[in-house]
Amino acid sequence: MAGIIILPTYLAMQGHDERTIALYEENTFFSSKLEDTDNLHFVKIPEQEVRIIKEDFSASPYYALLDIKDAENFTLYSNQQVSLSVKSEIENKLSDIIQRQKLKLAGIDLQILEGVSTQIQVETIIIGEEGETTGNAEVSFGIGFMCGILIYMFIFMYGTMVMRGVIEEKTSRIVEVIISSVKPFQLMMGKILGVALVGLTQFMLWIILTLILSAFAEVLFFDTLTISTESIAVGKEQSLILSSLSTSLAGINILQLLFSFVFYFLGGYLLYSALFAAVGSAVDAEADTQQFILPITIPLIISFILMQPVMDNPDGVLAYWLSIIPFTSPIIMMVRLPFGVNNSELILSMALLIVGFLATTYLAAKIYRTGILMYGKKASYKELWKWLTYRG
Amino acid sequence: MSESILIAKDIVKQYGDYLALDHVNLEIPRGSIFGLLGPNGAGKTTLMRIINQIIAPDYGTLIFDGKPLKRADISQIGYLPEERGLYKKMKVGEQTLYLAKLKGMPHNEALEKLKFWFKKFDILHWWNKKVEELSKGMAQKIQFVVTVIHEPKLLIFDEPFSGFDPINVAIIRDEILELKKGGTTIIFSTHRMESVEEICDNIALINNGETILEGAIEKIKNDFRNNIFSVKLNTENLTLPEQFQIISNTDNNYQIQISENATSNQLLNALIEKGEIISFQEKIPTMEDIFIKAVKNE
Repeated sequence: MAGIIILPTYLAMQGHDERTIALYEENTFFSSKLEDTDNLHFVKIPEQEVRIIKEDFSASPYYALLDIKDAENFTLYSNQQVSLSVKSEIENKLSDIIQRQKLKLAGIDLQILEGVSTQIQVETIIIGEEGETTGNAEVSFGIGFMCGILIYMFIFMYGTMVMRGVIEEKTSRIVEVIISSVKPFQLMMGKILGVALVGLTQFMLWIILTLILSAFAEVLFFDTLTISTESIAVGKEQSLILSSLSTSLAGINILQLLFSFVFYFLGGYLLYSALFAAVGSAVDAEADTQQFILPITIPLIISFILMQPVMDNPDGVLAYWLSIIPFTSPIIMMVRLPFGVNNSELILSMALLIVGFLATTYLAAKIYRTGILMYGKKASYKELWKWLTYRG
Repeated sequence: MSESILIAKDIVKQYGDYLALDHVNLEIPRGSIFGLLGPNGAGKTTLMRIINQIIAPDYGTLIFDGKPLKRADISQIGYLPEERGLYKKMKVGEQTLYLAKLKGMPHNEALEKLKFWFKKFDILHWWNKKVEELSKGMAQKIQFVVTVIHEPKLLIFDEPFSGFDPINVAIIRDEILELKKGGTTIIFSTHRMESVEEICDNIALINNGETILEGAIEKIKNDFRNNIFSVKLNTENLTLPEQFQIISNTDNNYQIQISENATSNQLLNALIEKGEIISFQEKIPTMEDIFIKAVKNE
């Protein structure tokens, strides 16, 4: 998990090579004002060199050639497509210079203009039962989003793992050997609980690894970050984010969040994996699962899509109902939780989730015990319905 | 100790509109080999699954060893299903040990018994192999070991010989006979009628969910005798008194049916006058004949 976050950041930081841009201009209006940046270095060249470069660009040491004719005509020559970031950086710099010149001509003092620029941050405070706590909508948003995605991923990953296990036992024909020793229900629940434990172990390992890696990353990156961003404005912004992060985390009940995460992960997983197991038992090969998988995944995908609207209005009607219905509550409730949810609502949702997974397990077990003994018969929904009605 | 290891009374199993078993009654004598016969889809596998408590009957009772069959009895029953297999990625030793322990055997005892059987079949070197490395016949041997490992009182084999070559069929058949000698009762279903005649003491023939024939194999064969004799003699155009009816004649091989009040000796006497008798034999029906006749009469 930590790798997923750190690696791209690291690579993105590595990607900034310094590039030298040749600059040709008849006078020195722009060239005197164009300043070098972290990764762009401007070199003014005489006219004869321009011709040489244009003849054989690859022989020149430059990344690109910027030809400035007047304040409206700029051309960037290169022997390959210039990167978007380089192009936009140059555009920004040039328009900045022109803007300043226009302001100056209009008689506006640049020093006043710089004094006008402001940055504000609205402090949000939640007045709860335990007094006032500092809130931060952005952080809640981030945490809710993360939790929702993780639950969605886990249910899918481990649910299909259960389904594959059932199909494997069926296609290898060991299932009848085993159920002459244990009850079909025991075999199914054993599989589901076994995979759940695998999931929890994996989750624990991720947390531990993330903590270790992020500790390393902090040491590794933050030093370079503070050195390279010594300019005051950026530094200020940085510390603002950091301080708001720590204060706003205090507004979120971490313990409740962690407990709920494990609860909704297990509850959602148990609810769905029973259905996945039933699908696995009804087919002979994984290729046949499509038609049965779709209705199972629809509520999952709906909750995934509706994460954004729910976060925009975490106390709305949509958010409320989706976080109560057991099929969508594991994802949606986790999205809502960081914004604060009524305890009574949370308990109702949890209770319904327990009822929900007991119900799906009961139904799935009925399909499962008939399905695992059926070979070479293409099951239909009608067939599954019949299996539900069989006794014993 | 009751004489029958298993009694099935009035077993009914219905799947939706389909009646898989229709009031089936069976009695399996202790220490015998019991052949469960019937055409495909007759309900044999359903019955075996009910005995193994994989599925429950809708109606009827099962008496095992004198008492109603209960969950704990599964450790006294060994079942080799027709659709059988093993975990392909698991090692042979590990897997057999797991399956033996699933039947309630303690670890050490299971290990000891497994080593005994592996030595007996000379397959000890397979212990650390993965199942997917074995041939089908090899895997079948492992499955046989797993079925008998916990020394159950009752063994149930569904088509035990399918997938075996003749050498292995002989090995497994001998093992089944030896288990019988040791006092184990064996139920087995097969389509190979010659092996039924060879090893079964009793049979039951099931068709369309009903028992249509049940009893000791000798008695059944006796019941199906229809007084037909195969005779070969060097006479063409044989004519006989009217109590002897010639059914067919191919190259002087005659099939002759004698009427109820006549005997085989009378037939012999009648034949001696007609020419030289080369062979004379009562045509006793094979299990195959009986099977076909009984199913068709249904």
